[in-house]
Amino acid sequence: MTITITINGEEYADLPDDISVAGLLAHLKLPKGKIAVERNLEIVPKSKFENIKLENGDKLEIIHFIGGG
Amino acid sequence: MTQAADKFVVAGREFSSRLIIGTGKYKDYQQNADALTASGADIVTVAVRRVNLSNPNEPMLVDFIDPKETVFLPNTAGCFTGEDAVRTLRLAREAGGWDLVKLEVLSDPKHLYPDMEETMRAAKLLIADGFKVMVYCSDDPVFARKLEDLGCVAIMPVGGLIGSGHGIQNPVNIRLIVEQSSVPVIVDAGVGTASEAAAAMELGCDAVITNTAIAEAKDPIKMARAMKHAIIAGREAYLAGRMPRKKYADPSSPLAGLI
Repeated sequence: MTITITINGEEYADLPDDISVAGLLAHLKLPKGKIAVERNLEIVPKSKFENIKLENGDKLEIIHFIGGG
Repeated sequence: MTQAADKFVVAGREFSSRLIIGTGKYKDYQQNADALTASGADIVTVAVRRVNLSNPNEPMLVDFIDPKETVFLPNTAGCFTGEDAVRTLRLAREAGGWDLVKLEVLSDPKHLYPDMEETMRAAKLLIADGFKVMVYCSDDPVFARKLEDLGCVAIMPVGGLIGSGHGIQNPVNIRLIVEQSSVPVIVDAGVGTASEAAAAMELGCDAVITNTAIAEAKDPIKMARAMKHAIIAGREAYLAGRMPRKKYADPSSPLAGLI
């Protein structure tokens, strides 16, 4: 089984159905210390990255800090 | 009696520099980091945006400016509603663990004036959620008072349009806000060069935020250093108290004893 989720407005298909937030970040090669994740409009605390499994249809936002005024 | 040290304190946190710089519009993050060093600032404003998923190796701001050494002040630039601002800053808090934030709810892209009705609403939501809100606002003393009454930890009136370099357009209002406020007043936006930063400080402002004046100077590093000196000069001039303006000349050399 695979799942499809939306990350930052883009669809990602064929992800394993038991993938955790931490697993997804590793898959995307994103450094977890430098980002924050929102799942279906709720913050995912860093401490729960390993435990929370993603579900089909989840909408994620992954953000970081950039230059700004 | 010794004079009490002149400290810049926001929400109980003490800072040595009264200059806050932005991190936008620089040629690259390295130039930004060099400007930061030259400016002596303790705080930088930063924006919150989606990561670039197609290039995870893209340079990141935190690789150049260490959030352990410099205070990151996440902003809500690009947010036009209170809900957007709260959502953005909750993510920022999770990413960095900071509760000190810069609220800016903008309106028309042509002037980027704050939408004060929405700013007030967002400030209430954020304060209820435990944030310490430094708020970009109009230079209206009435709204400034209302924001302070809500519990904002710093009032940050617009000096001139964001990114315009127009200088302080309404010094009378800025002075009125300074006089009535018991939280720090920080001129946010409008400063175009060092003398204008000094002018803001001479009005009694506690600090100045500037981004474009440094980033778009021909030599950003030199301008960052100039801003550092201007802030110190302006602050000391304010504390020293300027001489009264007079209508006519008043000789500095005594007239008595002339040969």
